[in-house]
Amino acid sequence: MEIKTKVAAGQVSQADGKAKMAARGVDMYYGEKKALKSIDLDIREREVTALIGPSGCGKSTFLRCLNRMNDVIEGAKVQGDIRLDGQNIYDQAIDVVQLRARVGMVFQKPNPFPKSIYENVAYGPKIHGLARTREELDRIVETSLTKAGLWEEVKARLQETGTGLSGGQQQRLCIARAIAVSPEVILMDEPCSALDPIATAKIEELIDELRSNYTIVIVTHSMQQAARVSQRTAFFHLGELVEVGDTAQIFTNPKDDRTQGYITGRFG
Amino acid sequence: MPLLFLTLVLLGLTVLAYYLGRSQALGASATGRLHSLPSYYGYYAALWCGLPVVMLLFAWLTLEPRIVIGLVVNSLPPEQQNLPQAQLDLILTEVRNIAFRSMTMANASPAVLAAAENLKRLTTLANWALTVLALVVAILGILYARSRIRPDFRARNTVEIAVEWILIGCSTIAVLTTAGIVLSLLFEAASFFFRISPIEFLFGLKWSPQDAIRADQVGGSSAFGAVPLFTGTLVITVIAMAVAVPVGLMSAIYLADYAPKGLRDVAKPALEVIAGIPTVVFGFFAALTVAPFIRDLGPLVGLEIGAQSALAAGIVMGVMIIPFVSSLADDVINAVPQSLRDGSAGLGATKSETIKQVILPAALPGIVAAVMLAISKAIGETMIVVMAAGLAANLTLNPFENVTTVTVQIATLLVGDQEFDSAKTLSAFALGLVLFFVTLCLNIIALRVVNKYRERYD
Repeated sequence: MEIKTKVAAGQVSQADGKAKMAARGVDMYYGEKKALKSIDLDIREREVTALIGPSGCGKSTFLRCLNRMNDVIEGAKVQGDIRLDGQNIYDQAIDVVQLRARVGMVFQKPNPFPKSIYENVAYGPKIHGLARTREELDRIVETSLTKAGLWEEVKARLQETGTGLSGGQQQRLCIARAIAVSPEVILMDEPCSALDPIATAKIEELIDELRSNYTIVIVTHSMQQAARVSQRTAFFHLGELVEVGDTAQIFTNPKDDRTQGYITGRFG
Repeated sequence: MPLLFLTLVLLGLTVLAYYLGRSQALGASATGRLHSLPSYYGYYAALWCGLPVVMLLFAWLTLEPRIVIGLVVNSLPPEQQNLPQAQLDLILTEVRNIAFRSMTMANASPAVLAAAENLKRLTTLANWALTVLALVVAILGILYARSRIRPDFRARNTVEIAVEWILIGCSTIAVLTTAGIVLSLLFEAASFFFRISPIEFLFGLKWSPQDAIRADQVGGSSAFGAVPLFTGTLVITVIAMAVAVPVGLMSAIYLADYAPKGLRDVAKPALEVIAGIPTVVFGFFAALTVAPFIRDLGPLVGLEIGAQSALAAGIVMGVMIIPFVSSLADDVINAVPQSLRDGSAGLGATKSETIKQVILPAALPGIVAAVMLAISKAIGETMIVVMAAGLAANLTLNPFENVTTVTVQIATLLVGDQEFDSAKTLSAFALGLVLFFVTLCLNIIALRVVNKYRERYD
């Protein structure tokens, strides 16, 4: 695999803030179709990075490359270099199962397992052997639910099924489920697109709180949401990364005409 | 007029009614805006022409033979009328044969000949009456419909109601048939239980159904203890399930979650081909290949195994049932949303962990239903057991001996000429009733399990 080293060439100037994940020259194909074209992007530690862009621009595809969720799609092929703490995640030596424990994911539609609330959160710790005793597991479940802001609402009914919760609660349950395996990075694929404004506000608040402990990448269609929750924003268009920068700068003073056009609503 | 011809004429009338209704509506549309599309007025007229006639025909065909036969019996001489039912039936059969099959009976009595003549006359009369009545009803129907058709008449809504009733009628047929079968089973089984006590039947340990023709006949003693049949059925079903459930389920999992799409497209139909093989073919596969193989295997492990064994029948039956389990289970596993698989994979679960802990629990109701269906299939299977496990009603749980099952006994009891008033023949109905009851219970259990564990996921 040919790895382009644009960092050395100084083309990527993403100075302050330590990069938790770094993508260099990432090309992605679905069969013959090229979905991503040479993406260079740094994801900074303990910050929220928002990926925005019109539908089909490749932002979700890029997100799924970050924990290799595209592996299961037939005909999907990734070229280039994505590093987590300096280690190439597409390296043969990397165990994809371990990778996904470090880079967790929250999906567009809340997808709790048809199990009890407790079992939903305990699922990850159980398969990774994070708890040796029942008490440890109880503690992990409680802290995860607390961090996800759901503990007070569900502590009396942990044995009820997770699919019986409201949409917003389900999504927070999915976030708690992701937190329970102590990931370093959390990927969120339009986590609020199926939720009402109040539930959305709660999730956004939660994302802001989680930032102190986790590195977060969020794909969103809502520019207001990107502006509210993220520190850095990357604008994708037709499989290319057009522009990346501090959120304030992207929304007030974009350098590229296409970014300008998108955020002012001329297309997308 | 023959029934077929009458039916064609009535069909023609119905079609005519449709066009009459439609053209009348089109004509009426000059005086005001039609409430419904013109064709609905046509359907309305056709329904009024067709439905009453269908009901009339149905009622007529059920009642007519009884009434005619009743009249014929009444015309017989009194001493024949007072004969027992069985002999009266014989005379009536003779009358029918003379009347309709133009058989000439050399020794037919004048009374019988007269009755045959009478029957012929009555039947012809009845046919003509039916023809006239049906045509009158059909035409009256058309006239009534035409009198109702006006622009503001809501033909669309009326047709909708009629359609609903037709659908209800159709769905009742299946229910009524089931009820009829159950009732006939119940009555025949009841007359069996008058001869043999239910206690002896359900708990007796010896099954040897025969009728002694002479008092001193060898082996003339009969016994109707069905327990050996139940244990035989149980042994074979358990063996079949032990083969079919794990193999079927695992191949379903492979097909649904592991196999590449190309392989799946080939493998799934290939697996389902097994379901198309007639059970008789499985039967001789079991009897000629598997059973001897098991017999030869016996001495190697120090066992005496006969040429027929429950094991051979059970294994082959299990193989036969694999596609039922795998195909149904594959469907339900595929129906589990991809989002759950993604969610589990996103937490770092491997494929088999995901299947074991998320997919299978979510698909459990469907899998239980598939297994229940497979069990019903195994209990009902006859051919393989006849050929590979034998007919001997041994009371044993040893899979290396030959056993027999409930269905096999029903088949053998009813093959050939049987008297219908002997315990031997009637025991088949009692066995059928037990079988029906067991499958009913299995279905109810399956339904309860499905409802209890049904999870909402979307």
